[in-house]
Amino acid sequence: MTAASALLQYVISGATVGSTYGLAALGFTVIYNTTEIINFAQGEFVMLGGMLAVFALRWGGVPLPLAVPLAVLIVTAVGVLVNRLTIRPVQGRSPLTMIIITIGVSILLRGGAMLIFGKDTFSLPAFSQGGPIDLGGATLLPQSLWVFGITLLTVLGMKFFFDRTLTGKAMLACACDRKAASLMGIHVDSMVTLSFAFSALVGALGGVILAPITLTAYDVGILLGVKGFAACILGGLGNPFGAVVGGILLGILESLGAGLVSSGYKDAVAFIIMLALLFWRPSGLFGSARAERV
Amino acid sequence: MLRVKNLQVYYGMIHALRSVSLHVKEKEVVALIGANGAGKTTLLSAVSGVVRASSGEVTLGGKAITRERPDRIVRDGIAHVPEGRHIFKPLSVEDNLLLGAYHRYSLAKRSAVRHEIDGIFSLFPVLADRRKQVAGTLSGGEQQMLAIGRALLSAPKVLLLDEPSMGLAPKVVKEIFGHISKLRAERGMTILLVEQNARGALAIADRGYVLETGKVVLQGPSEDLLANRDVQRAYLGRERED
Ligand SMILES: Nc1ncnc2c1ncn2[C@@H]1O[C@H](COP(=O)(O)OP(=O)(O)OP(=O)(O)O)[C@@H](O)[C@H]1O
Ligand SMILES: [Mg+2]
Repeated sequence: MTAASALLQYVISGATVGSTYGLAALGFTVIYNTTEIINFAQGEFVMLGGMLAVFALRWGGVPLPLAVPLAVLIVTAVGVLVNRLTIRPVQGRSPLTMIIITIGVSILLRGGAMLIFGKDTFSLPAFSQGGPIDLGGATLLPQSLWVFGITLLTVLGMKFFFDRTLTGKAMLACACDRKAASLMGIHVDSMVTLSFAFSALVGALGGVILAPITLTAYDVGILLGVKGFAACILGGLGNPFGAVVGGILLGILESLGAGLVSSGYKDAVAFIIMLALLFWRPSGLFGSARAERV
Repeated sequence: MLRVKNLQVYYGMIHALRSVSLHVKEKEVVALIGANGAGKTTLLSAVSGVVRASSGEVTLGGKAITRERPDRIVRDGIAHVPEGRHIFKPLSVEDNLLLGAYHRYSLAKRSAVRHEIDGIFSLFPVLADRRKQVAGTLSGGEQQMLAIGRALLSAPKVLLLDEPSMGLAPKVVKEIFGHISKLRAERGMTILLVEQNARGALAIADRGYVLETGKVVLQGPSEDLLANRDVQRAYLGRERED
């Protein structure tokens, strides 16, 4: 393998994993934008996506093409339940209180997953058959194409939702002025529930597309959550497209760090980037939607 | 059309409205004037459901709407243009107007709503020129027009306006008051207008109420209030002559 193809390989693998960080980050953004809550259970949504697909396949005997959407749907429902049971009852409290509640929720979901699924690591079969594709000396797994394709579709879907649909605009309206939104007849609580549903949905998608590539276990949500959050900061908190790009960028940097320096530093990259940005560019590489709207 | 009966509102220990009663008839413009902290905003907020009344009753066309949720009260036919306008600054002018029609929008009504938005643009031509512009970049007067236009798109039976003249230059204030009287003349709108600019408000209103520390202390036709010594002294900036 030449140096160039090795580099390309790092970028491909990094972007693949980074897509999941990006989707996790998108989930953070959607909730943050409607509620100013940082949902620390976001990583658990990602974990549940992968784990539920594995178990639908293994225990339920559900075929893969059904197990994947089924897992995503169940996690979406979990997102709605989390909102109804833990966030809505304490409405009106400070965002900090809510954030602490989400930390509690993440511990609960992780614990529940451990009890139900055990502590083993699992993997999901790839979505399609076929060997790796050769790309100038580097290899591209067919699953990576699924990852990129689904990530792209999700982003385009979100963009369409916020730019073109009235419900999307109503969600943005809640984000910028709740009182005025309710005076327009928008039921703010429903919009918040919807934001949890979306966030769980994109998180679960991120988990399920990655499960065939990396292994999954009850506790992968911790790191995935942290990395999704780092991706958010990289892209500018509150900026959905920045979030996804930030995730992919983080994945690539991580993979380059692991490949060129030492694989021991892989997970440290996210933390270093996060700290550096908080220091020098708190509004992210692309600025944040929130900073503009003063 | 709109009737408020013995409304009481508390903010913790603060008794902000003390048994306030008032009414607005169909196609009437009624001014509610009073000093800072008199409770004007509280009254409008209690009517639109943003603030909860502890007792009393609000009826719209005979139907009780007291203590309903704000998003339901809009459906019932009350549009509240809040103090400080509260437009959606990061969204475009057009999207702000579209959100005004949120509660009655559907794909089937899409072109009808588009048509009504055009109606608002002909009412406020400055907004038409800025339809794609982000609302936060509008001037204060334009933002007020947008807030009013947005409220009109909810197809209200009664329009509540909270200090539309606040923070605007005298020339713009005149323009806004002109628009408000046109709303009644051309669209037959029923309006409850809260103002500190008592003279401007009473000039376009049929009747008025004076609110002082949460109580209605005076009411009557606008001309009577304009001629009233106490009103002149307290709200129209005239010295007592004796
Ligand atoms: N959210 C709140 N919490 C506590 N007290 C409040 C709140 N809003 C208003 N008040 C108090 O209630 C009283 C009435 O306030 P309100 O805003 O209704 O007056 P206003 O007539 O609209 O005044 P302004 O002309 O300054 O807008 C004031 O004493 C105010 O301090
Ligand atoms: Mg006020």
